[in-house]
Amino acid sequence: MKRRNFTKLVAGLSLVASMMGTTAMADDMRIALVVKALGIGFFEAAAKGAEEAAAELGGVEIIYTGPTDTTAEGQIEVINSLIAQGVDAIAVSANDTDALVPTLKKAQQRGITVISWDSGVAQEGRQVHLNPSSNALIGNMIIKLAADHLPDGGDVAVLSATTTSTNQNIWIEEMTKVMGNYPGINVVATVYGDDLADKSYREAQGLMQSYPDLDAIIAPTSVGIVAAAQAVADAGKIGEVNVTGLGLPSEMAGAIESGASKSFAIWNPIDLGYSAAMIAHQLATGAATAEPGAEISIGRMGTITLDDTNAAAMADPFVYDSSNIDDFKSIF
Amino acid sequence: MSQSERIIVDRLQSPAERYLKSWESLLLLVAVAIFIANSFASPYFLNAWNLSDATFNFTEKAMIAFAMALLIISGEIDLSVASIIALASTAMGAAVQMGVGTPGLIMVGLGTGLLCGAFNGFLVTRLGLPSIVVTIGTMSLFRGISYIVLGDQAYRGYPSDFAFFGQGYVWWVISFEFVLFAIIAVIFAILLHKTNFGRAVYAIGNNPTGALFSGIRVPRVKFILFLLTGLMSGVAAICLTSRLGSTRPSIAFGWELEVVTMVVLGGVNILGGSGSIPGVVIAAFVMGLVTFGLGLLNVPGIVMSIVIGALLIGVIALPRLWEKWRR
Repeated sequence: MKRRNFTKLVAGLSLVASMMGTTAMADDMRIALVVKALGIGFFEAAAKGAEEAAAELGGVEIIYTGPTDTTAEGQIEVINSLIAQGVDAIAVSANDTDALVPTLKKAQQRGITVISWDSGVAQEGRQVHLNPSSNALIGNMIIKLAADHLPDGGDVAVLSATTTSTNQNIWIEEMTKVMGNYPGINVVATVYGDDLADKSYREAQGLMQSYPDLDAIIAPTSVGIVAAAQAVADAGKIGEVNVTGLGLPSEMAGAIESGASKSFAIWNPIDLGYSAAMIAHQLATGAATAEPGAEISIGRMGTITLDDTNAAAMADPFVYDSSNIDDFKSIF
Repeated sequence: MSQSERIIVDRLQSPAERYLKSWESLLLLVAVAIFIANSFASPYFLNAWNLSDATFNFTEKAMIAFAMALLIISGEIDLSVASIIALASTAMGAAVQMGVGTPGLIMVGLGTGLLCGAFNGFLVTRLGLPSIVVTIGTMSLFRGISYIVLGDQAYRGYPSDFAFFGQGYVWWVISFEFVLFAIIAVIFAILLHKTNFGRAVYAIGNNPTGALFSGIRVPRVKFILFLLTGLMSGVAAICLTSRLGSTRPSIAFGWELEVVTMVVLGGVNILGGSGSIPGVVIAAFVMGLVTFGLGLLNVPGIVMSIVIGALLIGVIALPRLWEKWRR
């Protein structure tokens, strides 16, 4: 009885296995897109972009994988199994800058091209890191979003996160540097909502009371931008005060629909996955080399240039408005 | 008092029959089946280096599982093991910043594990609190301390010879971790199956009051078991930290449930009183082979969790159903 069960079990398992195994083609170049965790809309969209790149390149198979939880240990298990399969390239959005390094070093020793994207790993663990954007591009984009809807100039205010938020402070600093390119636009105040919904809401209310002629609020934080849009809608100032900055399409869909926000920006995960796959392919085929100053062509996204740490910025943050918000609000 | 008075009769069947019908043989069959299925399913499976890499998926968890098996057999449980890893790793990271060398780091890791185990043991045996409540509390406490110390930062800069414990190889593809896993398995097998201490653990799990009246110092045995579990968590912390080369407070997050799963899959009665170390060893291989085999087929992690869950329920329910059906 036991033997019969055993035979059945083996037969069953091999059947399941053969069904799962049929998708792989031996002569294809295999690029693994390893994400922080499966089941996150942002990364599902990135996988879509990577598939797009694979279709464009031809002869490329994308293995989209990642752990169940956002842990470094889970990613190491996944990467170990990819090393065992002898994939050609691994493109990882890391859960930990340092913990993946020993495993990724091993992958490189066995001839696998390793790049990181979105969330990077320390330099010795990867050949190239792809940032979704750069601080300078973001700083320029947030003021450009406000200025685009103010052809005759106007007063704008900044609603930031905390006074010590490194990212926001750098972006505002970069924004100040390019203010000369936007004549007629005055930044009248910078306030801090501490990335708390209620405090951001009150600060936005305060801005509208202190500056009755305010034309736009720039919130380079996903919490602040939603709270500011709500405050503008509640004050009945839709059409007078435009809320813009950096936000998530899923959270901002309502504000775009009501008109409280005409447009906002954030990286486009589809472009990010597309570019990561393109870079991995270029490096794995030897068409590009990972060295400071090297230029790598990334298809429809143009060309990136590696800096001193072999990192590069992909592009301007992607602008979301009423024309495309419906396509993205269900993604992330 | 002579030794023979403590022997509890457990051989009601002939040894051969017992082995054939045992949990361990069933589990071994499952392990062999998975091994064969994996070899058919993926061309990359039967490769010495790949199999060696696969052992890292379970060796650290299994080290804790051996101590946990004894604890669960005695009727207690420790859910704080993963948090002990986090705290021990944080302590080692802090020691590195103070310039402590590799031997010192080992002492810090083991010492932190022992202290955490002693704290759990004290609360359970001296204050008489239920271990599941105590260790759910210390699970948050120990990891909480790591979060307070580290926040969103990480400790790096471990000495290069420290990397041997998690990344070193003893001979060809045989890693240091795998050797350590095997040695610890043998030690715990002897402790549980060949010593008076082991018999006492079974006796406590089956009938704590009876064990107490038979002259077994129940609180002391339990305290030692908590110490051992803490110590093994410290050993796992050394291996894992060395393998990752860095410490973050989220290290080993969620491992306590995987360790308990391994123990239960190994045939240890979750209510205490029965179980064996060979069973846990096979269970460790089963879990490692399943996750690695499915990983080679790029099966998503959530499906792996479902498979492990189904496997656990399957191997526990099947023998019971078999018994019922035969009657």
